Amino acid sequence: MNNQEMRGSPPAPTPPTRLSGIWRILSLPMLIFLSIPILALFLRISPPNLLENLRQPDVLQAIGLSLVTTLISTAIIILGGTPLAYSQARGQFRFNRIIDTLIDLPLVLPPAVAGVALLMAFGRRGLLGGIFDDLGIHIAFTPLAVIIVQVFVAAPFYIKSATLGFSNIDQELEQSAALDGASSPQIFRFLTIPLSWSALLGGAMMSWARALGEFGATIIFAGNFPGRTQTMPLAIYIGFELDLDIALTLSVILILLSFLALFIARNILNRDWMGS
Amino acid sequence: MKGKIRIFLLFLAFSSACVGANNPRNNRDETLTIFAAASLSEAFTEIAKEFEASNPGTEVAINFAGSQQLAQQISHGASTDIFGSADSQQMENVIISGQVEAGTDQPFIHNQLAVVLPGDNPADILKFNDLAMPGVKLIMADAAVPVGRYSQEMLDLAGKQPGYGPQFKANVLENVVSYEENVRAVLTKIILGEADAGIVYLSDFIGAREDNIKMVSIPEEVNVTASYYIARLKDSPNKDRGMDFLELVLSPRGQDILKHHGFNHRGEHE
Repeated sequence: MNNQEMRGSPPAPTPPTRLSGIWRILSLPMLIFLSIPILALFLRISPPNLLENLRQPDVLQAIGLSLVTTLISTAIIILGGTPLAYSQARGQFRFNRIIDTLIDLPLVLPPAVAGVALLMAFGRRGLLGGIFDDLGIHIAFTPLAVIIVQVFVAAPFYIKSATLGFSNIDQELEQSAALDGASSPQIFRFLTIPLSWSALLGGAMMSWARALGEFGATIIFAGNFPGRTQTMPLAIYIGFELDLDIALTLSVILILLSFLALFIARNILNRDWMGS
Repeated sequence: MKGKIRIFLLFLAFSSACVGANNPRNNRDETLTIFAAASLSEAFTEIAKEFEASNPGTEVAINFAGSQQLAQQISHGASTDIFGSADSQQMENVIISGQVEAGTDQPFIHNQLAVVLPGDNPADILKFNDLAMPGVKLIMADAAVPVGRYSQEMLDLAGKQPGYGPQFKANVLENVVSYEENVRAVLTKIILGEADAGIVYLSDFIGAREDNIKMVSIPEEVNVTASYYIARLKDSPNKDRGMDFLELVLSPRGQDILKHHGFNHRGEHE
């Protein structure tokens, strides 16, 4: 199954040559290596067992919390990331390269660094934590902390994809629309967004998948409390030591969700390329 | 078939080349691998330094984490010489998995629990009972972690004592904001002032030597004694050296180091 999908994805259907056959064989070890752990996970747990574990309150809580927090954080990423991506694409900032690099940074930061950095910023004794505390907003050990982490680590995926999408739009189109009397919100709403739609949606799916898998920074910054901050990855990590079956169940669900998100993202992005 | 053999030979050549490259340089250099409970961090690091000093050519590599995590890793085949567990249960898990060298497992040190607070004591906690006050933000270790299990035991014990009442445990658990994955995560978050109180080992407080945390002692009749276990593992790559390390931990010198880091202290410490 995996094999066919992988074969289906290259866009250029050139007639098979001997060279491509060799390449295909050479690509097998890596492909097998990448598939085996996933396969092993699925083989380890029987479907009835999986369904039974799904009814456990802790499992349901973790899934629910993960879905709710990632949906909110993805929405925040779209709302906050779109203007930033647009500004980047149109070169509105003076230090574009530095800002670009800054946006990339969460992608390569070790999760532990992200967690500690967030603590230093939004922790009770952090740079801004005191201000929030005075406002009566408690961040530490609440779902809000989980969302903050997810936004921090997952936003770059959307911003990068959206920036690329915006950059690909012919600026003359926007300019001529402006000449025809369209206001800038109108241009953005009826021209820019429709034209970059797939890049935005694809990026949002990537961000969502990354937020769903977020673990290291969450356990440092948000702590671990079932129903409040214990997302699926945390439940897997803690559960692994108590009950392997629960960890396996959640892992299988997480993989299915992530695969779905990435697959959808890919298809949306592919459609864009074919369309243009 | 021929191709397969050739690949196999190639693999052999490659792997022996790796060994060959290692041998002359390292010349009897050995690495002793130790998996130890997070609470043993400073004490075992010091013991390891001493061990390296008296055994030139031997390097000690220690993996500190929650005992439950280490027990899982060892049970799933992590190659290790020594396991130092914060409770008998995690040692038992490794014994059940068949990884412990029979007869080498034994208790080696004790510990007790303590309540730690940020230096400015934001929730105004003055005594152990105050943990049940509404609104206190308490951090504990998860029940999967030895110190988390000991903490639960302690709360059970308190519930049976006069002066606490049967609701005590429920009230305290109501205040928990996070169940951390190991004891040091609890301590760090208290040092950072993220919560109002945390339950850790007495040795963590003494060993931390931090000015910006305080301790509230847990009354003797409520506190539980944590027994730490050590063992050599069956597939230990350095059986002799491993045994030497285990003996150093049990020796008066090793015990002194542990005591210096806050182990074996009993009761009130203020």
